[in-house]
Amino acid sequence: MAGTWNLEVNGQAHAVQAEGSEPLLHVLRDHLGLKGTRYGCGLEQCGACMVLVDGDPVHACTRRMDTAAGRSVTTVEGLDAPGLLAAFLEEQAGQCGYCLSGILVSAKALLDRTPNPDRATIAAALAPHLCRCGVHARILRAVAKAATS
Amino acid sequence: MSQSLARNPRLGQWIRFLEHDRVRIATGKVELGQGIVTALAQIAAEELDLDPDQVMMLSGSSDEGPDELYTTSSLSIMDSGAAIRLVTAEMRTLLAERAARRLNCAPEDLGIERGHFHLAGERTGQSYWTVTEPGDLEREASGTALVKPHASYRTVGRSVPRRDLPGKLAGGGFIHDLDEPGMLHARILRQPGYSARLANIDGIGDHVQIGHFLAVLGDSPLAAEQAAKRARVRWTGERELDPARINAYQLLELPSRKHHIGADFADTTHDAELTVSRPYIAHASLGPSCALALYRDDHLTVWSHGQGMHPLRHSLARALDLAPEAISTIHVDGAGCYGHNGADDAALDAALIALARPGRRVRVAWSREDEFGYEPLGTAMVVRVSAAVDAAGRPVDWTTRIWSGPHVNRPGTTSGHLLAREALPDPPPQPVPTDPPLSRGGGATRNAIPLYNVGAHRICWHLVAGTPVRTSALRGLGAVPNVVAIEAFLDKLAAAASTDPVEYRLTLLEDERARRVLREVRDRARRESGQGLGFGFARYKNMAAYAAVAAAVTVDEAVRVEKIWCAADAGLVINPDGALNQLEGGIVQAMSWTLREEVRFDAHGVASLDWDSYPILRFDEIPEIEAWLTGPRDQPALGVGECTVGPTAAALCNAVADALGVRILDMPLTRDRIVAALLAGDDPAS
Ligand code: FES
Ligand code: FES
Repeated sequence: MAGTWNLEVNGQAHAVQAEGSEPLLHVLRDHLGLKGTRYGCGLEQCGACMVLVDGDPVHACTRRMDTAAGRSVTTVEGLDAPGLLAAFLEEQAGQCGYCLSGILVSAKALLDRTPNPDRATIAAALAPHLCRCGVHARILRAVAKAATS
Repeated sequence: MSQSLARNPRLGQWIRFLEHDRVRIATGKVELGQGIVTALAQIAAEELDLDPDQVMMLSGSSDEGPDELYTTSSLSIMDSGAAIRLVTAEMRTLLAERAARRLNCAPEDLGIERGHFHLAGERTGQSYWTVTEPGDLEREASGTALVKPHASYRTVGRSVPRRDLPGKLAGGGFIHDLDEPGMLHARILRQPGYSARLANIDGIGDHVQIGHFLAVLGDSPLAAEQAAKRARVRWTGERELDPARINAYQLLELPSRKHHIGADFADTTHDAELTVSRPYIAHASLGPSCALALYRDDHLTVWSHGQGMHPLRHSLARALDLAPEAISTIHVDGAGCYGHNGADDAALDAALIALARPGRRVRVAWSREDEFGYEPLGTAMVVRVSAAVDAAGRPVDWTTRIWSGPHVNRPGTTSGHLLAREALPDPPPQPVPTDPPLSRGGGATRNAIPLYNVGAHRICWHLVAGTPVRTSALRGLGAVPNVVAIEAFLDKLAAAASTDPVEYRLTLLEDERARRVLREVRDRARRESGQGLGFGFARYKNMAAYAAVAAAVTVDEAVRVEKIWCAADAGLVINPDGALNQLEGGIVQAMSWTLREEVRFDAHGVASLDWDSYPILRFDEIPEIEAWLTGPRDQPALGVGECTVGPTAAALCNAVADALGVRILDMPLTRDRIVAALLAGDDPAS
């Protein structure tokens, strides 16, 4: 059903005109112009579209607008995670970078909850994400580093 | 002289002086996630005595940059890097001489700091920007400029951070993000194979149809996606494949052209033999292909994440019957491609629609299914090696037999065309398969010649025509199956000779740099109890970087990789951390190919259209990777981007054999194959 939906994104209130069935991914990218959240598969298989909804990592590609309404969404653009960014830069944890926005989102959710995760815990938290460039080892190191900094 | 420079001799094709003490360097090579743009800026900064932040980079512009063909084969530092080094060295010499004349001193007396000339430690008021003249850019490069000696390098050899990474960590920087109000969004309803014809279209709104090319349009990506879902399209003349028959060993039965390289066949009986196979594999970019196009005032502009903007311009010109000058192609970063994926084909899709809708900017975004379904695949291969050995168990006569589909089907080469051309009126004939010559590293024969002393060696190989799907360049080309065959065979021969596998290799290797990487990896690799340990070595293309890899694994029903060690010798390394990142990335991708990846088919083509049916390794399956650079840094730079893929695959196969006591030689080393091998291994009769 088409309608106007209230959505808080990165701390800002929005009234979005959209179909209730419209995926959050499209709302973010094409209604709100937040292009950091990425399409990779549309099937909850790759994690490129990960955002936080009320602090939980959620696949924006399958999350319907009507079930996100009234909630608070955080995308990579509003992540506020300077420690993570610094650690990713220090480790140069990226190649093409397409996977990174989603991975940063999940890493932030992990660190908010688990102050000192070990490698296996970080890997489990990032298991919903694919990185085709093979930067995994660096990304795992970067998240661990951010946790201790 | 560098080939790139010979093709683009005018200095102005490479360098330009900008205001605010900056210089712009242009390259035809493009950023694919490998860090090339950062490394090339370092080379320019070094020769010009600039800080890297004074160097702006222009990459992949058909109008303004040099034509350097494709960004492939670990050649960018050797091609573009060599050209930029010569161009910037020549410019520095030229401008220093001119400054010296103005200052009435000898050029050798001048120091250069951030592009400003100093005399006896004092600023002179002269700089590149004050002494350069417009005519400088019109000069042709001599190609003989005196470049700096390695010993004086300050910027080259430093791990300068990637220039594009901060933007990407902030969520930006991709072609998929280009947006503008009023843009047309398109999805392609793709012709399912060369022979298929559009029979009937139903439920379709705004669209563009040219022959059997059909695109649906919408004013947002979602609208285009929904239009594609609503459309009911019927095709006739679709080919029917027999999926049960599509595998590597089918290549032995398909028509092929046979080639012979190396020694004649000798009258020697071979004592041992081994056959390796690899299935069809996918590039599987994380971001599906995307392109934008705009046709306005008789000029077509195309934005693409392809690997070569000049070749793309020519291929588009041919496909669209336009003059190349009527087309501009501009590179914008996409997701990593690892070779020839759907990027170029998406560019033609967008161009076709743009020509039908002049004045509108058109964006084509492939879906995940489009990407898996229509990207050219890495070809399946079968490699069989056999040898005669002497009394000490060392090979004295060696034959390699290879069956492979084409490894290069790039548009603009004689053998390839852009995909949508097959749907247009007057489709081009099916490409005649070709393979890169050995002098460029070969395709099917890449790394097929052992670097070891194996006595008389010959390659007898079959270039198969009519693979059931289009195949083209994928990271490493034939190197993986060839290196796996050589390295598995050496393990087998070493075991027969009751010799340690690394010691055995060292007795067959003269090249000191090869010996060093192998020894260093052996010295660091450790196996814990219950684990298998395996080694793999190759010098990529037998002329790029050397890499030795060790893998420790545990095998129950599946393989778990516990740790990887890798030593690589790439000679002069422009950006050590960037090179390590490439080594590691290649290791992970090759692990994934070896353990997991295989394209599946149904009667119409590729059936593995998502990440569940085409799984790749995930975070919880990645071991610690200890990779390091070694060897002489004062030797020429050797391409590093693909050097680990063959050795990694080989190390894994050898480690699994070490753990199991049986060798699995058909990749991927899946649970089914391991169980089968274990059962066969348990059978006392076998
Ligand atoms: S796009 Fe949402 S998981 Fe892949
Ligand atoms: S950096 Fe390219 S997919 Fe992760």
